[in-house]
Amino acid sequence: MKNYNGYKNQNYIQYVKGISPKTNQKRSLFHAFWVGGVICSIGQSFRYLLQYGFNLSGDELSSYVSMIMIFLGAFLTGLGVYDRIGKYAGGGSIVPITGFANSVVSPAMEFKTEGYIYGTAAKMFIVAGPIIVFGIASSVLVGILYFIGFRIF
Amino acid sequence: MKRSMQFFNKPKIIGVSSIAGPKESNGSINEFIETKLNDDMFGEDTFEKAESKMLYTVIDKSIKNANRTEKEIDAIVAGDLLNQIISSTFAARNFSTGYLGIYNACATFSESLILGATLVDGGYMDNVICASSSHFSSAERQYRYPLELGSTRPPQSQWTVTGAGASVISSEGKGPIITGATVGKIVDFGITDANNMGAAMAPAACDTLFTHFKDFNLEANDYDLIITGDLGALGSRIFKDLMWEKGYDVEGQHVDCGELVYNICEQEYQGGSGAGCSALVFNSYLYNRLYNGSYRKILLMATGALLSSVSTQQGDSIPAIAHAVVIEGE
Repeated sequence: MKNYNGYKNQNYIQYVKGISPKTNQKRSLFHAFWVGGVICSIGQSFRYLLQYGFNLSGDELSSYVSMIMIFLGAFLTGLGVYDRIGKYAGGGSIVPITGFANSVVSPAMEFKTEGYIYGTAAKMFIVAGPIIVFGIASSVLVGILYFIGFRIF
Repeated sequence: MKRSMQFFNKPKIIGVSSIAGPKESNGSINEFIETKLNDDMFGEDTFEKAESKMLYTVIDKSIKNANRTEKEIDAIVAGDLLNQIISSTFAARNFSTGYLGIYNACATFSESLILGATLVDGGYMDNVICASSSHFSSAERQYRYPLELGSTRPPQSQWTVTGAGASVISSEGKGPIITGATVGKIVDFGITDANNMGAAMAPAACDTLFTHFKDFNLEANDYDLIITGDLGALGSRIFKDLMWEKGYDVEGQHVDCGELVYNICEQEYQGGSGAGCSALVFNSYLYNRLYNGSYRKILLMATGALLSSVSTQQGDSIPAIAHAVVIEGE
């Protein structure tokens, strides 16, 4: 048996790289910037509303704002709007917390056909799972570094 | 090594049927499609069931269009993109004919034509149905991300066709004749980007066409059309470059089903793909043109990228294949 493992026709791959269309970075960045900015501004306006209208503050205030934004992300995903925003905005709608809600709700909806246990519940975190794992892992790491840096020395 | 074969007993394509989803029905070949769907769920509750029902519909209608009854059909040769080719198997469950399930990704349709023609030409069977299908939503959830996930598609990507097509090959009757075929071989140049299937498949298409020309001692001019399955705009350009390098100019004859199926717009980027792509275009537009004599001799060469979501995640490159079938007007 020929060993195909890792075989690459370098000439061809270089040629394909040269001929393949590139993403228009300036345009993508602009789209991401303004949509991401709008999402964050909406979040910030809810923050002001809750802060001055309902006299909330501190952790309570930020949890309420997060909850509202997560709800909006999930709701728009359910309506089939968020994927259209995402197609246009790219990272601009993935990075805010609404994008996280979208990444949990979309597989949950999609795999409903395989049942609530093996479909919805089991597949809910196929996109968001890695984010949670690495998010927690890195927060632990940073916590340890913080502990070593500021408590011991 | 003998990869090309000639059929002497004139296996004919006596009836076809095609079905397409809403997006394809508004594409450039819309007037030739037999059944156009307004709803890509086709009245079913899952996308997989919808795809299977689409395949069932085209098989059923192709039998009627060929003026045959189910009892006269000896076998169905069919395939699709889903794991364990469930769409084909579940569609064939409704028929009491023989069933051969095949898989060659997007090259499935030309593979089924080769097998069907061989069975009929050899005199082993009289009427064989060749069919394949794909569905954007069922393929997307198997190979990529959930539909509602707000992700962007890279510009080299293609759009899986929602559609299916079936042809009835028979020893008797009236219709375009399958006169020859060249079986493809697996070609892998080491492309690992699962979004760039055109680039992965172009070398396989080039290899098959080159072998075909050599074996039959032909040139591009001998064909009215050389149709590739779903190379897309980028893959087509690479394919023509590679053929040029081998000393053949196919610019004048080459057409790609993937490029043809949509009115090229931003969202599909390089065009259509999927097992249903070549099946849909052949069984609507091309069959019509062959039947009324606009085209005398065409070469249908569907291309397939034989990757799975597992092999992609394990970092493997994409093996590709292309099968060529010669079809001549009566």
